[in-house]
Amino acid sequence: MSEPDGVLARVVVRRPPSPRPGVPKLLKHVILVAAALLAFYPIWFMLTTAFKGQHDYLANPYSFPWPLTFSNFSEAVQGGQFLTWFKNSVVLTVGAVIVSTGFAALAAFAIARMRFIGRNVFLSVNVALMVVPPVVMLIPLYILFTNFNLIATYRGVILIYAGLTLPFSVYLLTNFFRSIPHELIESALTDGASHLRILLQIILPLSLPALVTLVVVNALWVWNELLIALVFLPQDNLRTLMVGVTVFQSRYNLNVPVTMAGMLLASLPMVVLYLFGQRFFIRGLTAGAIKG
Amino acid sequence: MLRTRFWVPYAYIAPAAGLIAFIFAYPVAKMIDYSTRYPDDPNGARVGTRNYRLAFEDPTFRDAAKHSALLLLAVPILLAISVIVAVLLYDRVRGWRFYRSILFLPYILAVPIVGIVAGYFFQLNGVLNSILRAVGLGGLAFDWLGSERLALWTVMIVIVWREVGFGIVLFLARLLSMSEEPIEAARIDGAGWWRRLRHIILPELRGTIEFYVVVAAITMLAWVFAYVYTLTSGGPGTSTTVLELYIYNQGLVNSLPGIASAVAVLLLGATTILISILFWIRARARDEEVTFA
Repeated sequence: MSEPDGVLARVVVRRPPSPRPGVPKLLKHVILVAAALLAFYPIWFMLTTAFKGQHDYLANPYSFPWPLTFSNFSEAVQGGQFLTWFKNSVVLTVGAVIVSTGFAALAAFAIARMRFIGRNVFLSVNVALMVVPPVVMLIPLYILFTNFNLIATYRGVILIYAGLTLPFSVYLLTNFFRSIPHELIESALTDGASHLRILLQIILPLSLPALVTLVVVNALWVWNELLIALVFLPQDNLRTLMVGVTVFQSRYNLNVPVTMAGMLLASLPMVVLYLFGQRFFIRGLTAGAIKG
Repeated sequence: MLRTRFWVPYAYIAPAAGLIAFIFAYPVAKMIDYSTRYPDDPNGARVGTRNYRLAFEDPTFRDAAKHSALLLLAVPILLAISVIVAVLLYDRVRGWRFYRSILFLPYILAVPIVGIVAGYFFQLNGVLNSILRAVGLGGLAFDWLGSERLALWTVMIVIVWREVGFGIVLFLARLLSMSEEPIEAARIDGAGWWRRLRHIILPELRGTIEFYVVVAAITMLAWVFAYVYTLTSGGPGTSTTVLELYIYNQGLVNSLPGIASAVAVLLLGATTILISILFWIRARARDEEVTFA
C-alpha cells in the first residue's frame, strides 16, 4: 500500500535542485534571539536593579545602573537574617543530599546487581513516586511531626527532603549501575571481596559522573524548595533562604533595589554551580525522559 | 548478577524502602483516612463523604479547581515553544550552545525568586508598564497581577517563562541522542526542512512528547504552589487560588484537615490517572516494537 506513495515521493523530491529552504537562516536567528531576550530580560532586570539607588529605580526602572551602587547588598544582608537563612539552607541541602544519595546507592546496588522477588515492583514504585506532589503528604506529615516533636528541627525536614528526592535518586543510580560491565565486578569477586566492598570500592568510584549529576539535581531541588520549608520550619532563625526571602520581600516591599539585591544573592550559589557544571544539570534534569 | 543469600538484597533496599514508607506511604494512607473523618478533627468520628461534599459546595474550591484546570492550557503552549526552539537549535545554528545556556537559565532560578522578581516586573508601575508607556503602548499597561481578570494569565505567563527551559533542553537532548543517518539521507534526497521535521524528527520525538505532556500537565495541576504563593497568594479575591493553595489554606490556616485531605485525595487521584496514562502508552509502544521487530 505504501509502495506507490514511496515511488511518487521519490520522483517528486528528486526533481532538479532547489530543495525548499524551509526556515531561512535569518528567521531562525531572529526567533532564537527573541527567545533568548525574553528568557534573559527579567534576569537582567534583577541584575541591574540590584545595583541601582532607590531614586534611580523610581525615576527609570529599565535604565542601566550608572554609577553602580553596592549599598543594596549590605542592606539586604543586614535587613533580614540572611546569613542564618543561608546556613540553614546549606545544612538542609547537604544533609538531605547525603541521606538521599546514600540510601539510594544501597537500594540501586541491590536492584541493579541482585535478584530478588519484588525487584521490578520496587523500581516501578520509585518511578511512579517521582511525580507525587509534596502538597499531598503535607497535612498528615504535619500532624505526625507535631506528635513526634519534629516540627522546627533540621532532622525532621532533612528526612522529608531525603524522602522526596529518593525515588529519583534510586531510579538514576539503578540505571547507571546497570551499565557498569560485569567483568569489573567479577575480578573483585574472585579476590573474595564482600558485596559492600564491591559497592564502595568498585561501583561508586566508577559512578562518579552519575553521582555528581545526582548531587547537583537534588541540591538544586532542596535549595529551591518552598512549601515544606515554609510549613515545617516556621521560626525566623530556622528559616531557609527561600522562605526567608519570601518573608523579607513582603517586609521590604517598597525598596525594590534592596529586594533585588537579596534575590540576586540568594540565586548566586545555584547559578554559579550551573555555569561551572552545566552538563551535569542538563544530563540530570533530562534523565528519566530520554529512553526511560 | 551477584549470588546472595535471599535476605541480603532486602537489607540493601531496607533504608530506602523504610524512608519511602515514612514519607509517602504512611501520609497517603493517613490522608485517605482523614478525608473520611470530622473536618476539623483527624481523630474524630467517621463522616463518610461529608468532607468531599463540603469541598464541592465551597465556591472557593470550585474556583480553585477551575483555575487549576485553566492552567492546563499552558501545556500545549509549553510543548509548542519547546519543540520549535529545540528543533531550531538542533539545526546547529551558530552559537546554539550559548542559546541553550541562556534559555535554560530561568529553570535554574528558584520558583520563589522568580515569583518575587516577576511580581515587581508586572507591578502597575513596574518595568513592563514603564516600557509599554515609553514606546507609546500605554493603553496596554494593565494592572497585570492586581486585576481579577488578568492575574491568572499573568501567573501562567510566569510559569511558562520558567518551565519552558526544561522542555527545550529535554527535546534538544533527545534530538542530539538520535541517529543522524535518516536525517542526512533525507537531506541528500532533497527533502526540505519542513518535510524532515514532519516525517523524521517529529516521529522520533513521539515518546518524549508523550512524556513531556504528562509531566507538564502534572506540574500545572500540582506543582505550582510556590509560584502562586509568591506572586499573588491566590488573590486578588480568589482569582488565582489553585488546588494546592486551597489544600494549604484549609489544612494549615483554617485547621480543617478533613477537607484539605479530601481535596488532596482528589489531586493525587488526578496525578495518578495522568501518570498511568503515560505508563500505559509506554507499555503499548514497547509491545508494538516487539511485534514489528
